[in-house]
Amino acid sequence: MNFIQTLKIALRALRTNKMRSFLTMLGIIIGIAAVIAMMAVGTGASYVISQQIASIGSNIILVLPGSTTSGGMRTGSGGAQTLSSDDARAIMAECPSVAYAAGTVRTAGQIVSGNMNWSSVVMGGTPELFEIREWPVVSGRPISQEDENGALKVCLLGQTVAENLFGSADPVGNIIRIKKIPFTVIGILDRKGQSPQGQDQDDAVFVPLRTAQRNLVRSQRSGIVSAIIVKAENGEVIDTAESEIKALLNQRHRISNAKEPDFSTRNLSEILAVAEQSSKAMSLLLGAVASISLIVGGIGIMNIMLVSVTERTREIGIRMAIGAKKNDILLQFMTEAVLLTMLGGLIGIALGAGGATAVSRMLEWPTMISFQSIAIAFVFSGAVGIFFGFYPAKKAAGLNPIDALRYE
Amino acid sequence: MSIVISLTDIRRVFIMGDQQFEALKGVSFDIAPGEFVAIMGASGSGKSTCMNILGCLDLPTSGRYLLDGGDVGGMSTDQLADIRNKKLGFVFQGFNLLARTPAIENVELPLVYAGLHSKERRQQALIAMEQVGLSGKENNHPSQLSGGQQQRVAIARALVNNPAVILADEPTGNLDSSTTEEIMGLFTALNRQGITIIMVTHEHDVAAYAGRQITFKDGRIISDLQTSQACQAGQAGQKA
Repeated sequence: MNFIQTLKIALRALRTNKMRSFLTMLGIIIGIAAVIAMMAVGTGASYVISQQIASIGSNIILVLPGSTTSGGMRTGSGGAQTLSSDDARAIMAECPSVAYAAGTVRTAGQIVSGNMNWSSVVMGGTPELFEIREWPVVSGRPISQEDENGALKVCLLGQTVAENLFGSADPVGNIIRIKKIPFTVIGILDRKGQSPQGQDQDDAVFVPLRTAQRNLVRSQRSGIVSAIIVKAENGEVIDTAESEIKALLNQRHRISNAKEPDFSTRNLSEILAVAEQSSKAMSLLLGAVASISLIVGGIGIMNIMLVSVTERTREIGIRMAIGAKKNDILLQFMTEAVLLTMLGGLIGIALGAGGATAVSRMLEWPTMISFQSIAIAFVFSGAVGIFFGFYPAKKAAGLNPIDALRYE
Repeated sequence: MSIVISLTDIRRVFIMGDQQFEALKGVSFDIAPGEFVAIMGASGSGKSTCMNILGCLDLPTSGRYLLDGGDVGGMSTDQLADIRNKKLGFVFQGFNLLARTPAIENVELPLVYAGLHSKERRQQALIAMEQVGLSGKENNHPSQLSGGQQQRVAIARALVNNPAVILADEPTGNLDSSTTEEIMGLFTALNRQGITIIMVTHEHDVAAYAGRQITFKDGRIISDLQTSQACQAGQAGQKA
């Protein structure tokens, strides 16, 4: 008996019980749709995370001041004012694996333009900061070395700030007041989006570092920075760069015990790896939950196939009496089960892909349906059919034709 | 003289728990090609067991069964399926057609398992349908046919692979008397064309259509009579 004939018989059997076939398939449909949708959302999530991390800039090391103790109270990391602009310059000049280093200070303040005002983050940074963050201006000009050296009162606006203060008008050339000090807007930064922590990176104003140190932040000494942001030459030397920075700063800060430095470094590629790992674990978990529903669906298939074998005992008897071999019967029922699960799988793939697209439309959450996940889902649904169809088919093939013919 | 079926000292013992039941206690007979044989007997006489063995659905516990020159003993279930497919045609009391399947496809079914191509299948099935006088009903489903017509479809299915023997198990048991006459007329006509028929029945007037009547009682043959009815093969290959 050839394959096409077997397929025809199986299709006819499924068509005779349309409702039952559909309900049986439903388990697989839901299972596969869940797998596809979960994988799409999971892949989308890890894409978002890696995008956000990339938006900070690649190959970045963050140098933060250590904690300080005042009156028995220890502040957290970054509390002490131990890093200076000179440290930043030294790192850039003396560490061979470092491409750029920029000192930054950070404060918050009310920003006023005409009758509009907006509270935002004000960052002071040297011009290298924008190379490191890979953050160009879209109109006007970036902060130059002259602005930095002269501590000029100029600023760059993030997109969110520009929209809130100026609406659709072009802010370049206008004067704004930051903490009541007038600044000239020289440019608008490109849109950057959310940070991995969910902050709007475009809600910020940037001024030259020296300007900020003199006018906007208070510190015990001049030239204090709240962080140094460093870009390594490339991804391979990022660990080398980190140890070079540590060695240099230990030397500069005269730290004898390297276990108690007055600064700390953070490697963003580590954060990226952790984030990727957690999103991977998440999609694995989602996948596991979805596969449980597939197994449940498979058991449903087995149940219905067993009922079907019992119901069609007489038909099996007739087929055997007129010459069907054991394998013919086995194949017939296996084909039916696999056809059920594969059809269910196809419908499930369509539903899951549709669901994922709907989710990304409604929640503006990117989803990604990989060809791989579709292929896996399809093969898996077939495998479920083979696995759960085998026992009922074996039972059918093992019937004694005499008893089967006499079965009422 | 050629022989199509030869049974020699066939015994069949069923074991149920610790009890043994001997359904056939040494049965021997030969059947020549072209014979029309009725097997008779009360229920429990062993006629159905004998029919199952003749139909290669069951194997004897001991004894020898030659079908069309080949020894059936010691065959595997798949080999038996092949014998049933190629050398035997079955007609059952309950018609046993596949529901929701057109008549023509029911007739084609043995050829499907024989591995014929769809064109050849359709051609042979149409010939068989014509032989039983059902031309034009090819696409009707069994539920759309009368009992007599359904049994004709079943007979066409039994004929379609040109078997050595047609085995009919109470073929008129579910039919009224006029339809019974019609079906028995068809069997007689087929027999006149040279087809060997073995039929189990417990009705004497049905058995009367056959040329030879073998009667079972308690697992043994108690009589084996040639009747005067038209049976060209005539000489029965009866053993002692």
